Formats: sequence, C-alpha cells, structure tokens
Amino acid sequence: MSLDRSDVEKIAHLARLQIDEADIPEYTQNLSNILDLVDQMQAVDTSSVEPMDHPTDAVQRLRIDEVSEENQRDKLQSVSPAVDLGLFQVPKVIE
Amino acid sequence: MFEKTLAELAQGLNNGDYSSVELTDAYLNRIKAEDGQYNSYITVTEEQALAQAKAADETRAAGNAGPFTGLPIAHKDIFCTEGVRTSCGSRMLDNFISPYNATVIEKFNQAGAVSLGKTNMDEFAMGSSNESSFYGAVKNPWNTECVPGGSSGGSAAAVAARLAPAATGTDTGGSIRQPAALCGITGLKPTYGRVSRFGMIAFASSLDQGGPMTRSAEDAAMMMNVMGGFDGRDSTSLQMDSEDYCADLSKPLDGLKIGLPKEYFSDDLNPAIAQQVQAAIKEYEALGATTQEISLPNTALAVPAYYIIAPAEASSNLSRFDGVRYGYRCESPVDLEDLYKRSRGEGFGAEVKRRIMVGTYALSEGFYDAYYKKAQQIRRLIKQDFVDALSQVDVIMGPTTPHPAFKIGEKTSDPIDMYMEDIFTLSLNLAGLPGMSVPCGQTNGLPVGLQIIGNYFAERQLLNVAHRFQQATDWHHLSPVSAGK
Repeated sequence: MSLDRSDVEKIAHLARLQIDEADIPEYTQNLSNILDLVDQMQAVDTSSVEPMDHPTDAVQRLRIDEVSEENQRDKLQSVSPAVDLGLFQVPKVIE
Repeated sequence: MFEKTLAELAQGLNNGDYSSVELTDAYLNRIKAEDGQYNSYITVTEEQALAQAKAADETRAAGNAGPFTGLPIAHKDIFCTEGVRTSCGSRMLDNFISPYNATVIEKFNQAGAVSLGKTNMDEFAMGSSNESSFYGAVKNPWNTECVPGGSSGGSAAAVAARLAPAATGTDTGGSIRQPAALCGITGLKPTYGRVSRFGMIAFASSLDQGGPMTRSAEDAAMMMNVMGGFDGRDSTSLQMDSEDYCADLSKPLDGLKIGLPKEYFSDDLNPAIAQQVQAAIKEYEALGATTQEISLPNTALAVPAYYIIAPAEASSNLSRFDGVRYGYRCESPVDLEDLYKRSRGEGFGAEVKRRIMVGTYALSEGFYDAYYKKAQQIRRLIKQDFVDALSQVDVIMGPTTPHPAFKIGEKTSDPIDMYMEDIFTLSLNLAGLPGMSVPCGQTNGLPVGLQIIGNYFAERQLLNVAHRFQQATDWHHLSPVSAGK
C-alpha cells in the first residue's frame, strides 16, 4: 500500500496534527512501509472468524446509577492552559 | 544495601537494621550521584519520599507495619501522581502536575511504600528502546552505548543500576518484559485486567497492563500483592477476589509441562540468545519439568495485527490531548483548528505522530473492514493458538527478545526494524495472557531474558516457575554494579 503526499496531508488533517512541510516525504515513506507490513494480514482468510475486541471477551460492567464522584472542577482545571469563570478558553469559534 | 531485594530490605526494616528514612536517603543520594550516566529518572521526588519514609517509620514504631511499609520503589512516569509532574515522556505533558492519583499509586501509598520518583519512558509508551522520550534516551547500565529497551526503559535501568530496589512498569506490546530482558531484571505482565488502568495514561486500552519490574520473582509477587485487584474505577478491571501472589512461590516443579513453540526457535534466532534460553530449559528439566515442541502457527501475524490495533486505539485515546483542557498549548493560536493542530504537532514527537496517523488512516471511512476488523479477526486466531497450546502444556517458554540490547541510534531510522524487536512479546498482549521475563544468561556482557508464558490468571504459577529457577541459578543476582561496570 503506497501513500502519496496528499494522503499524508489528509490523514494529518483528520488527526488534527500539524506536520512540517519538510517532514512529509519521510512520513509518507514510513507510513507506506507500515501499511505494507500490515498488509501481510490480507493473505489470511478470516471470513469465518469473529472479530475479537476484548482479550477475555468481557462485557461492559454495569453499576447502580448513583453519584460516585464529587465535583472537583476547580482542582481539575488548575492544570488547564486557559480557564475563566470555570470555563475553558479557546479562540473565538462563532463570528 | 543496594544489592538487596525488596524481600531482604523488608526483613532489614523489620529487624531494625535501618529505618525507612535511612534507606530512602541512601537511595536518593545514590540517584543523585549516579543517574547522570543513565537518565533513568525524569523526576526525583526527594521531599515527598522522605515524608513518606518518616510516616512509614512511625507506622512501624506503632506496631502497624505491613509487608510493604517503608520500602522505596520508583514509578513509571505514566502513572498519575497527585502533586507531581506526570509527563508520560512527552512535551505534551511536560507541564502536567497531576491533580489525582492512579489507583496503582494509591495502593502503594496505602501499603506504606515510599516513591523515590518517576522513571523515564518512551513517549506515551510508544517505543522499544526508550529513545523516543522527550527527556532524552535512557542508557543501559550494562553498556551505556546500548538502549535499555522500552517503553519502561527508565524503570528497568533504575532497577538494574540499583537506583531503586523495584519499579512499576506498563506493557502494551512488551514494554515490561523487553526492557527487563535487556537490563537483566525480572518483569511480569499480568493477565489483562489484573492491575487497574485508572490513572495510567492510556496508549492502547485493550492491550495496556501495569506490572512489576524487580530483582526477583519473589519481589514481583510482593509487588503484585499491592498492585493487583479489582478496581471499580477501571471499566475493564477483572472482577476476581484478590489473591496472595506469594502463596505458591516455592511449590516443586515436578511434572511441569513446558511447551516450546517451534516458531520461537527458528534458524533466524540469534545463536547466543538461543544457547542461553536452551540452557535455561535444561535447568528446568533438572528441576523436574518435561518439555515438548508446540506450534503457535499465527506468530508471524502478531506484528501486523498489533500495528493496526495499537495505533488505532492510540489515535482515539490521544485525541484527548487537544491543547484545551490540560497539557501543552501552542503560542497565539489564530483559530480553534490552529490551536488543535499546532498544540498536537508541537506537543507530540515523531513516533507518536506516526502511530496516530496509522491509526487514523486504519479507522478512516472505507478502510475499517480491511484494517481494524481484519486485525481483530487475526487477534482471535492468535489467541486461539495460545488456548490450544495451553491445553497441552502448563507454561510456554522461549526468548523474550530476538537480540540482546542494541546500540543507541541503531534502529531509529527504520520504525519497522524497531517494531520487529517485540515479535515474541506482543502476541501476549493481543491474547491478554500473562507473561514474565527472567534473566537467564549473558552474551558479550549483555543480559538475555527467558520469557515464560502462562494461562489466563496463572500469575501465581508463573511466579512459582520463575522463583524456582532463581533458587537454582544466579543470573538474577548479577548486576552491572557488582560486575564493575
């Protein structure tokens, strides 16, 4: 599976990652090589195999719907880059 | 003092040979004097350590000491520690002072342990050499030109260099066992779900598992008695009664059936590694075990399946690092998209970006069935190989790694070259099985690890199998310090 520059630019955008222009050729090569490696899987017929998404096939545990955590907003926001009045600050989204 | 195991140090504390404050102070001084050459710690928490040691001594004086009271250990910098920087080896979290404790940290605190500090690691646990850390590479104490392995390379190097009697680690594809092998220490990756993941910064949630990195199997059992157990705050925590991991350590091995996967002993295996592992297996035969060849036919598919599943889960988990709520934020973002992209682009290193992009691609529209679903189907085949094999034998043995420690810089140019280092370890994470690495020899002055794989929930048996070997051999006692390195 070979990717080109525009594929890498699209993936980086989907992942919201800024990639330096100069690094794109190397990422393109690395990602193509990794996809070649994982393509070894395609040689195996898995049509009758159930996908496995948990090591011990456990199911989601349920609990009684009651409050288990207290509100620690101020403590948890103490490590935030920009907070005002308990709200996270970001650049203006709506004009 | 620095050559003593946790079990021996606990005895010394009980006998009053030294106090926890004296022991902790000795380790802190040794870290200050020696860690410049290894870079095994990111943060040393001197003040907190001495306060914990003082409290432990008071607990002991009051007659309330437990088995772990006053014992100093180090924690991989992936476990959130309240009031302490928890960086995960990344610029992204360089400024993150955790406002809460991981369950593992909480449990060690409750047991009266002393935390010396936070150990270096590959960025977000993605790596097999500890070279991807924002805080610089860790050096292998056996040869400082070599890597210690990864991602728990700082923990492994600290234990090997006697800068901590023991440490915690995490293992997503071999990150406890591989560095344990390359640094000549003992490491246990428990069954998925044994050790709580709460507050353990997530890489690939269906594979991540915390565990002990120690001088001996006995110490690993002592650590598991603290670390293990159900945690309601981890949605995938195993709901099983807690058990005494030390209970079966000394059971005889008569009649133990050991399976040797032919795929692990191919002609490609490094001859020195093969020789040391074969010698260890002979030792097991002398201890009463029998061996038989088994097959794990889908072994070669573990690397391809892993490098879809782990990056896919990572791309999802690491989307939380957005420059908004905590962690690194870029300077003067012009709009929200710029804030996300530059914070992530500047905050993450190259390997993390690679894996996020592989995962994003595999999960993107139109590719899901070909990559993620396919990898999950392969994952079941790999698990089934182990289930079949473990219906014939009690444990499986082989090398932990295909080579001894390699040179710093040797494998950084080709990510795939690095990925192949984990060929023997990552299939266990896909299957969710427990595994250990124990030192079983040396080649050119570098340690060799024996991997022991057990059935689900069979940690006590693994620890027993490893402990009996360590009763009969001295490999785990070798240290770069006593070897004059």
